Amino acid sequence: MSEPGASKETLHIDPYEKNWMRISIVLLIVFAAAVTIAGFALGFQVPSPEERVDPNNLSGPWLSPGLRELSPGVYEAYIIGDAATWQFDPRDIEVPVGSTVTFYVTSRDIQHGFKLQDTNINMQILPGQVSKLTYTFDQVGEYPYICTEYCGTGHAFMFGSLTVVEK
Amino acid sequence: MATREYGSDRLATYPVTKTDKRFIGAHILVAVIALSIGTLFGPLQAFELAGIDLYPYLEPVFKSYYQGLTIHGVLNALVWTTFFITGFFTLTIIIGFKRGLRYPKLNRVGFWTMVVGLVMAAVPILLDEASVLYTFYPPLQANWAFYTGLTLVVVGSWIEGYGFFFTYRAWRKDNPSTRTPFIAFGSLLTMAMWQIATLGIAVEILTMLLPWSLGIIEGTDPQLARTYFWFTGHPLVYFWLLPAYVSWYGMLPRQAGGKLFSDSLARLAFWLFLLLSVPLGFHHQFVDPGVPAGWKYLHAVLTYSVFFPSMLTAFTVIASLERAARNRGGKGLIGWVRALPWDNGSVTAQLLAGILFMFGGLGGLINASYNVNLVVHNTTWVPGHFHLTVATATTLSFMGISYWLVPWITGKPLWKPRLAVIQAWTWFIGMLIFSNAMHVLGLLGAPRRTPLGVAPYVPEEWTGHLLRVGLGGAILFVSAVMYVWIVARTAWRKDRLGSGEEIEVPVAESIQDPQLTPRWLDRWVPWLIGTVVLILIAYGPQLIDQIANIDLGSGQAPAIRPW
Repeated sequence: MSEPGASKETLHIDPYEKNWMRISIVLLIVFAAAVTIAGFALGFQVPSPEERVDPNNLSGPWLSPGLRELSPGVYEAYIIGDAATWQFDPRDIEVPVGSTVTFYVTSRDIQHGFKLQDTNINMQILPGQVSKLTYTFDQVGEYPYICTEYCGTGHAFMFGSLTVVEK
Repeated sequence: MATREYGSDRLATYPVTKTDKRFIGAHILVAVIALSIGTLFGPLQAFELAGIDLYPYLEPVFKSYYQGLTIHGVLNALVWTTFFITGFFTLTIIIGFKRGLRYPKLNRVGFWTMVVGLVMAAVPILLDEASVLYTFYPPLQANWAFYTGLTLVVVGSWIEGYGFFFTYRAWRKDNPSTRTPFIAFGSLLTMAMWQIATLGIAVEILTMLLPWSLGIIEGTDPQLARTYFWFTGHPLVYFWLLPAYVSWYGMLPRQAGGKLFSDSLARLAFWLFLLLSVPLGFHHQFVDPGVPAGWKYLHAVLTYSVFFPSMLTAFTVIASLERAARNRGGKGLIGWVRALPWDNGSVTAQLLAGILFMFGGLGGLINASYNVNLVVHNTTWVPGHFHLTVATATTLSFMGISYWLVPWITGKPLWKPRLAVIQAWTWFIGMLIFSNAMHVLGLLGAPRRTPLGVAPYVPEEWTGHLLRVGLGGAILFVSAVMYVWIVARTAWRKDRLGSGEEIEVPVAESIQDPQLTPRWLDRWVPWLIGTVVLILIAYGPQLIDQIANIDLGSGQAPAIRPW
């Protein structure tokens, strides 16, 4: 280590610090590789733009929200958040175990959150946007879905329930 | 070249005028008042979670948990920090450059603009006209005065920043080849970053929220608003943190009896924070429907890279402290820690802030981790995290700084220095309990911003952790009261410091002569160009896309105010 009195401009990196920097960089590369593999090879993905809708005039599948079976064991669920009543529509969903469900969620008014407990389904819900994620239910049980974004006085009461039943 | 006599001039104190001290003091006064009021609501939130709802008793004045949460967030996270930072930087600029502000009137205009803004924002909040939390996501619509007030606070902080830049320019003219003194450099850089970062929120308010709240435009685009907001929202974190770093790198080593371990790497870390603070805001929007996954992924990687200067900081600060402790006779691989001046409340507060910040940093890494974030997004994990960062790394450090700053401003000795040590420890312990419980609850799926005391879906396994939230909140509240009381009693006491007892502004020398730090670490233009280019790459295409597809019809205020 150069002590005071040295007269050349230098970045002056202590050998220990050099190692520390190397370890830091390696760690970050490992973490980045892990999320990359999980995201793009194993399919653990975050929401991406699906479609824009008019929240004041929801049409098509939004006119009858709820569960629809597309093919055996494959479902889509349309869910609308509403701050006038602080409810999700529908409030209850039931699917047989082993089902794959794609959730499409939007808001009629202000921002909400949609978090399906004990799964990786976690989305911000905006008026005018459709949030979409897919999950396969391998375990029987009750999965509450709760509003995770402040949406007014009734926010703490805004939740629904997905039940996975035996086939 | 002959060996320079280095260091002797650095410690010579600069005689700060009474007017300047009073001006700095005015900042600290507003900051502490904001903290006092904002902190009153902290335990109310925490107790509600623990099943003790005190809000009904406040009913005539404060309407709801959410109004309280708005007050807590705005006053503690935005007002306490911004006023303390601009006041503290006025000091580091004057002491660093050893000269008065170039245009003191300009800084006064900045300060009063912030005060006017604060009052304008506070009135609607207190009247329950702006219970929109400190993120104010549209289409929740606050009174226009709330948005105007926030804008003025930001603009005032810009003006104070301009005052610092002009002071730097005047100093640079007289000292063309001297390295910028470190504490002044860190302060300037923070303010420069802040100018760039706040453009997002400025555009959000001025083009969308303010005209909408005034009825000039019919609606908002909630997705675009979030993108603007988080353009500012993440660098805001570094605006809070970097002033603490200025102290940890540039002052704390002196207080501990040592020197800054590496001047050049300290500067490199700061430049990297300028470069990387802004272009990573999408990591707050991982679960947003309107941002493509590819952009989220890019910002996740960029967020990892900003972890690097934090790792540099951890090394340099700890190395500086270790040298200080060994000078004081500290021994052993870890045992040297005991030789640090733990009897000094200012040092203890900052050391404990640093220790908790390590956990905050690790949690932050998890938040940034793209898909892993799905587990914790919008859960109590997040407030658990930022109570380790802004509410400890920043706030506890500022408390520690106050313990020499307030005596320095007032010329009076600190009231009950031992109590200051106890205050720091109670904050540390209270935060450990509170924050750990919040993190655990988040992993279990508890939503943030939610009065869980009344929520019908709370399972039994959360109960014990919710009680710990209440316990931690209570301890933190006691600690905050101690802090305000110590500072107030110091300011109020009658006796003054005698001659020869003046408080020293702790400015740490570095081991290496800063003059030998490479010149490229003291040049603004290349770094600023790099910063702008990186922002254009990381944000440009997405911003253009979102603006081109703006839909103001999608975010209209609901007919009835939902709070």
